[in-house]
Amino acid sequence: MTFELETAANPQGLKRVVIEPVSRVEGHGKVTLLLDDDNRVHQARFHIVEFRGFEKFIQGRPFWEVPVIVQRLCGICPVSHNLAASKAMDMIVGAQLTPTAEKLRRLMHLGQVLQSHALHFYYLASPDLLFGFDSEAAKRNIVGVAAAYPDIARQGVALRKYGQEIIRLTSGKRVHGTGAVPGGVNKSLSLEERDYLLKDVEQMIAWSREAVELIKKVYGDRPDFHNGFGYFRSCFMSLVREDGALDLYHGGLRARDEHGQSIFDHVDYRQYWDYIHEEVRSWSYMKFPFIRSRGREEGWYRVGPLARVNNCDFIPTPLAEAERKIFKAFGGGGATQATLAYHWARMIEMLHCAEGIQELLHDDDLLGSELVSQGERSLRGVGVLEAPRGTLIHHYRIDEDELIVRANLIVSTTHNNQAMNEAVRQVALQYLDGQQLTEGLLNHIEVAIRAFDPCLSCATHAVGKMPLEVELVDAGGNVIDRLAKNSDGQCGA
Amino acid sequence: MSKTITIDGLTVPFRDGQTIMDAALASGVYIPHLCHNPEFKPHGSCKLCTVNVNGRNAASCTMPATEGLQVLNDTAELNDERRALVQMLFVEGNHLCPSCEKSGNCQLQAVAYYLEMMSPHYNHFYPTREVDASHPGILLDRNRCIYCELCVRASRDADGKNVFGLTGRGMATTLIVNSASGRLGDTTLAVTDKAVQVCPTGALMKKGLAYTVPIGRRIFDHHSIKDVQTGGGHE
Repeated sequence: MTFELETAANPQGLKRVVIEPVSRVEGHGKVTLLLDDDNRVHQARFHIVEFRGFEKFIQGRPFWEVPVIVQRLCGICPVSHNLAASKAMDMIVGAQLTPTAEKLRRLMHLGQVLQSHALHFYYLASPDLLFGFDSEAAKRNIVGVAAAYPDIARQGVALRKYGQEIIRLTSGKRVHGTGAVPGGVNKSLSLEERDYLLKDVEQMIAWSREAVELIKKVYGDRPDFHNGFGYFRSCFMSLVREDGALDLYHGGLRARDEHGQSIFDHVDYRQYWDYIHEEVRSWSYMKFPFIRSRGREEGWYRVGPLARVNNCDFIPTPLAEAERKIFKAFGGGGATQATLAYHWARMIEMLHCAEGIQELLHDDDLLGSELVSQGERSLRGVGVLEAPRGTLIHHYRIDEDELIVRANLIVSTTHNNQAMNEAVRQVALQYLDGQQLTEGLLNHIEVAIRAFDPCLSCATHAVGKMPLEVELVDAGGNVIDRLAKNSDGQCGA
Repeated sequence: MSKTITIDGLTVPFRDGQTIMDAALASGVYIPHLCHNPEFKPHGSCKLCTVNVNGRNAASCTMPATEGLQVLNDTAELNDERRALVQMLFVEGNHLCPSCEKSGNCQLQAVAYYLEMMSPHYNHFYPTREVDASHPGILLDRNRCIYCELCVRASRDADGKNVFGLTGRGMATTLIVNSASGRLGDTTLAVTDKAVQVCPTGALMKKGLAYTVPIGRRIFDHHSIKDVQTGGGHE
């Protein structure tokens, strides 16, 4: 676990290769490589080039507005932000959720993860997995998949639609609804709505099983290649339920090191800052979190499906649990470290979501009328859940007038920042180092990034620490001029 | 035999003392408006209700109806001008419908939909305006104020309190409150006051109710502002 290849010792004279934009991911990012005349890699970085700034511009807004504002972070996983913020606001209003409210939120969240995982696997990742990483670029997309594998593409569209329908019926809209409010929810399901969702749930479970089989077949056909691609070892972090089960909505934080040993377990997420720190680096708008006790060099970690399936003791739905055991056995019983195993873990989770949705739909609490609760107010709220891409932390402070004075968002993709950079560097060394670059080879870099399903638009909020900088560099790599604009709008050298 | 005017060719009766707006609303004819509320004295400031009366433009909320007036209302030219006025209201303040708790119940948003406003068209001013959340039961978000003075009128004429007033001119116009500290929490405003209920936008909101009405059950989710204001009166 080092920072090799993050910064070239002597960048002068090295040629710069840029992959921009990185495609088939959410948001905007680029990869830069510095190569010498023999195409040896000296530096590889995954940059996040967009800036969102939600942490700053919600300051001064009423706390109850925040769950609706921050869901605009993303069009793919808005429910996750809405719910994480709502959990934080539950703490501010002192709520103990009613069974109806908690189960409706859980249903909404399972629908969210189901549709997001389906989107990623079928639309974004399957072209690489089905056609090959260096296959013809013009066909390496969802349109190509629809032409060559129409049933698979159709299932992807239908699974996503089903998840979106759950979101619509629990929040009022397929994207950016208002279902969760501080202390609960604003509607329950009607009998007709529940029956409408029940009608197709068996089919969703069946298709999710087929998706797991598909990724197992793809993976199993070339196990050594898939295990070795962009391989590195790291810590993992996720929420787990009290009994160690996978839980996407609530739990305690669990982190394990690169050898599977516990770093911390069942940590109350309301004290997350005792365990996680964030580092700012000058070349990225995305912060670099690390586990405090291990320091920045040894403490970076991965989150998301791979972390969750590795970290949990079991999955509380039978079909997904059976698949977890197969996954675990494939990895030799310990934590699976392979970058591309993210896809496999993601599909196991999608199956868990479909099963979990079916289970919840048979629970009459979804039809209840006790929607909101309140208790003793607090000036601080922390909400954490497992978003599709990993652990999502929302932390707010309000003043006596109930306006936001401070916010900290550690978004799933942010946790994976160092890990994605590491994957890029491993692939650069494995496949590009010393080679004549081709589009197919460069796509290998993107394949490694895509495995994490990064959402770059979600992840860039810090303001006040990273100035906007422009550098004028000559052919020899020497900086001739430099202009920086700070967060206060002042320009200077 | 009652006196009448015509609006877009339709014969509309009126009583002495009624404005064109009064007569129109009484007959179910919608003239777009924001600063007008039948419960309060006309203000004539938003100009959305401008109609053509015998060849000249006039604010229908202040123009008395007189026998035989020929009024043009729902014309492309007038609606183009109304749309431009609404667009200017949007860019002059900070109206962020996607996260606003008034969304779906907001007359500004509803009238923009009615006038088929597809974009703000003009550059946003992004003014810096203060949010006053000092009152335990009421939020004053000046970002959403359109200076219609309905709260000013309601507080003065219905509540008898004079809590609100406008100060400054042009772009410097500001809604101020009547307390030594300048904070809403130090005024005599009560949650039950009429002034809190008449805001056509989300500038004055009761606390504790945000987003409690689900999408699909809000006032304008299934009805246009025309239907609501000619059928069921004001919200």
